Amino acid sequence: MKIRDYGKRVRSKLLTPGLVIVTALALNGCSTGNNPNDNPSSSTPTTLTVVTHGSFSLSEETKAAFEASTGIKVTYLSPADGGTLVSELILTKDAPLGDVVFGIDNTFAGRAIAAGVLQPYQSANLPVGIDAILADGIGSLTPIDYGDVCLNADIAWYEEHAQQLPATFEDLIDPAYSGQLVVTNPALSSPGLAFLSATVGAFGENGYLDFWRSLAANGMKVASSWTQAYTVEFSGSSGHGYYPLVLSYATSPMYEEDETGVSATVALPGMCFRQVEYAGIIAGAQNPEGAQKFIDFLLTQEVQETIPDEMYMAPVNPTATLPAAWSKYVSAVTTPINVPTATIAERRDAWIQAWTETVLG
Amino acid sequence: MSRQQWARVTTLGRWLPWALTALIPLAFLAIFFVLPVFGLVSRGFHDGDTWTLSNVTAVLSSTRTWRIIRQTLLFAVSGTCCTVLLGVPGAYVLYRLRLPGQRVWRVMASVPFVLPSVVVGVAFKSLLAPNGLLGFLELDGSPVAIIAALVFFNYSVVVRTVGAFWAGLDVKQVEAARSLGASPFRAFTTVTLRALTPAIMSAAALVFLFCASAFGVVLVLGGSRYGTVETEIWYQTTALLNLPAAAALSIVQLVIVVVSLSLSNVARTHQERALRLAGRTTERSLTLTDVPALVVTVLTMGLLLVAPLATLLWRSLQTRNGFGFGNYALLATTANGSLSVSVWQAALNSLLTGAVAMLLAVTLGAAVSYLLSRRPTSIWGHALLRSLDSAFMLPLGVSAVTVGFGFLITLNRPPLDLRTSWVLIPIAQAIVALPLVVRTLLPTWRAIDPKLWEAAATLGATEGRILRTIDLPLLLRSLGLAVGFAFATSLGEFGATSFLSRPDRPTLPVVVYKLISRPGVDNLGMALAAAVVLALLTGVVMAVAELLSKGEESGW
Repeated sequence: MKIRDYGKRVRSKLLTPGLVIVTALALNGCSTGNNPNDNPSSSTPTTLTVVTHGSFSLSEETKAAFEASTGIKVTYLSPADGGTLVSELILTKDAPLGDVVFGIDNTFAGRAIAAGVLQPYQSANLPVGIDAILADGIGSLTPIDYGDVCLNADIAWYEEHAQQLPATFEDLIDPAYSGQLVVTNPALSSPGLAFLSATVGAFGENGYLDFWRSLAANGMKVASSWTQAYTVEFSGSSGHGYYPLVLSYATSPMYEEDETGVSATVALPGMCFRQVEYAGIIAGAQNPEGAQKFIDFLLTQEVQETIPDEMYMAPVNPTATLPAAWSKYVSAVTTPINVPTATIAERRDAWIQAWTETVLG
Repeated sequence: MSRQQWARVTTLGRWLPWALTALIPLAFLAIFFVLPVFGLVSRGFHDGDTWTLSNVTAVLSSTRTWRIIRQTLLFAVSGTCCTVLLGVPGAYVLYRLRLPGQRVWRVMASVPFVLPSVVVGVAFKSLLAPNGLLGFLELDGSPVAIIAALVFFNYSVVVRTVGAFWAGLDVKQVEAARSLGASPFRAFTTVTLRALTPAIMSAAALVFLFCASAFGVVLVLGGSRYGTVETEIWYQTTALLNLPAAAALSIVQLVIVVVSLSLSNVARTHQERALRLAGRTTERSLTLTDVPALVVTVLTMGLLLVAPLATLLWRSLQTRNGFGFGNYALLATTANGSLSVSVWQAALNSLLTGAVAMLLAVTLGAAVSYLLSRRPTSIWGHALLRSLDSAFMLPLGVSAVTVGFGFLITLNRPPLDLRTSWVLIPIAQAIVALPLVVRTLLPTWRAIDPKLWEAAATLGATEGRILRTIDLPLLLRSLGLAVGFAFATSLGEFGATSFLSRPDRPTLPVVVYKLISRPGVDNLGMALAAAVVLALLTGVVMAVAELLSKGEESGW
């Protein structure tokens, strides 16, 4: 506690010269505002700060529709992805970054819930029958969309080499498929972590490391990021890399379609992990009612139907109409491997550490 | 007014400008760097209830930590040595000789410095992949590839810092040595090299800090097999939220910065003295003795600069419908709505924030380097300036993750709740550009002969007049360079900026990163085209800076 007081003293000492700069900057004409602290006295705040991951996207019309119907002015912040986003929420617990968060996925949801940075909310718009993807029983987080992390294959490569596409985890460690697969490091990339979780789901805590050992022995390549794996190492993308099998998403083949509507790649439906993205009210929000309205809004039929085009994910609402190309690719994944959020939260770090020791040595 | 009172007022009048010159940059550094870093590091010493050292010491006593520290130092030292060894001949060829197209090469050399590492990763990987142009070298994923990328990024730091200084060096001393019978080699080592040492040391210190805190290239090119302190901080903080580890490693980074700066200071002081600056370029035509330097430079630039940049350009021209400019046409769009603004709008955002950051960095940097170039007589004054010098270099060696997270947890209460504010982005960029400005201006400012000031002061010139008539003309060349570097650095800054990114006002590197993280021919094509635009913008900025300093010089 002593040192914290010291910190305060340092701050107040620094304030005077600092103020000069800050005032100067303010005078320089920065049109920022939108700070939820601006109007602490009014009972119903008219501003809302939405904190999202980097891939967040809604059309201008959609955003305007929310502001028009609620009278709330929204500021969007997208500070980080995946684990970083959750880390930021936890670090800023005392002075929250905003009112509502969107983009925490099921591999990191457990950490956010355990840290108490979320305020539970049950939206009336939540579709029924999606219990399998709920983060917990009290609505700490509300599922908004999901995507399947799947292996993608270069169709032409397999035709050329007259080989069947691999279908199971066992195929991947078969010497016939040696030197074909590129995956991403689960410590650094979220599809990597999803695939690692899938192997734990498939082989159990006692078997997954043996599988990875065989995979490494079978010429698997590890890239540090999805970009490296997909755009450089994979032979089916425009990068024309070396490996015909890559870890990516069920939706990826849609973007490798040519003019005739034929995709150069295909997602393998057998080894997929379902990544669910959640929204939640940040504990200590300045505008909790606005946050609730925003979550309700994300679950409306209209917004749900724009999610595939805007964010490359599938909406949680099963009645939402999907773009035509989607039914061609995404519906193929019927039985993703499911690992409970709580299990991932508890075991994730241990899995990653064991994986790093086993695969990278 | 009594004589004593008057004396007090004049003393105040003399000290006040000095105090302000020192206090404003110091306050800036304190609020936007020291406070955030201190905030995050101090959390590492707190386990929820009490303050404790045990978590941090546990990290520092693990073998893994030391392996990572060793690896970081190894990369940084070899990266720095290679860059300096290749860069000094480059500085000679590009600044001392008269060659066709020299300006273009100078500008070209500075482009890599600002490219986002994710793009550089794609360029290098495509080049080194088994089926790539240089695939036969089998360097993919090797430490050599990482060191090559470090040279790629930092080559221009050495070439420009040393080159700008070299260009202004008076040749008479070398000529004197030669006429007294010294061989060209001896004249070079005893006269030129000694005169250049402060600039080389200055550049080497910068490059070392850049190499020690390199993040993206190590991750991308090392295939996640080679961890450095920087990648480890990122991993421990974002994936594990292990703050004691992040705190311990941030302290390690601070120690690395302070030790390397002290070493470079010692080496510099040893060699430092006032030099005769010619104040104008003394280029000369090519002779036979220049051939080795020329060969080294052509090879370095060809293999390490042109090849990756050409790969990037070539790949940006590959579209869905074959070879063409289709990807560039798409830059006016928002990639089917997946971006919040068009790429051109993002480029405009980058230019605006870059300009603000540059103004901040150059103003503060000029004040700091002016202060640091003084020669106080007292030992305390000397020590004070030395520590001030190091303090402003700290941001280069400290992780963007530490600073970014630090911003979030310290600048969170009024009147400093700037987390949601746009101004924090140029501020974060200026913090990174500031040391570059100081390093660029300082060697020239220090090399101005104090006799000139003394003479002017004896003749009754005021401090302001001395500054205007003596320092400024000599400084202009470096100032142009400083402006260019500051602007270019701000254009390319991605680390701290990504923590503060606002989706409605993305900068160009943020957009590149977003596009390259999506599947599809168009997205990748647009990302690479946007990266080429970023490279061109940088080129233009550096070219303008070069022209400005050139124009002023002929007027002098």
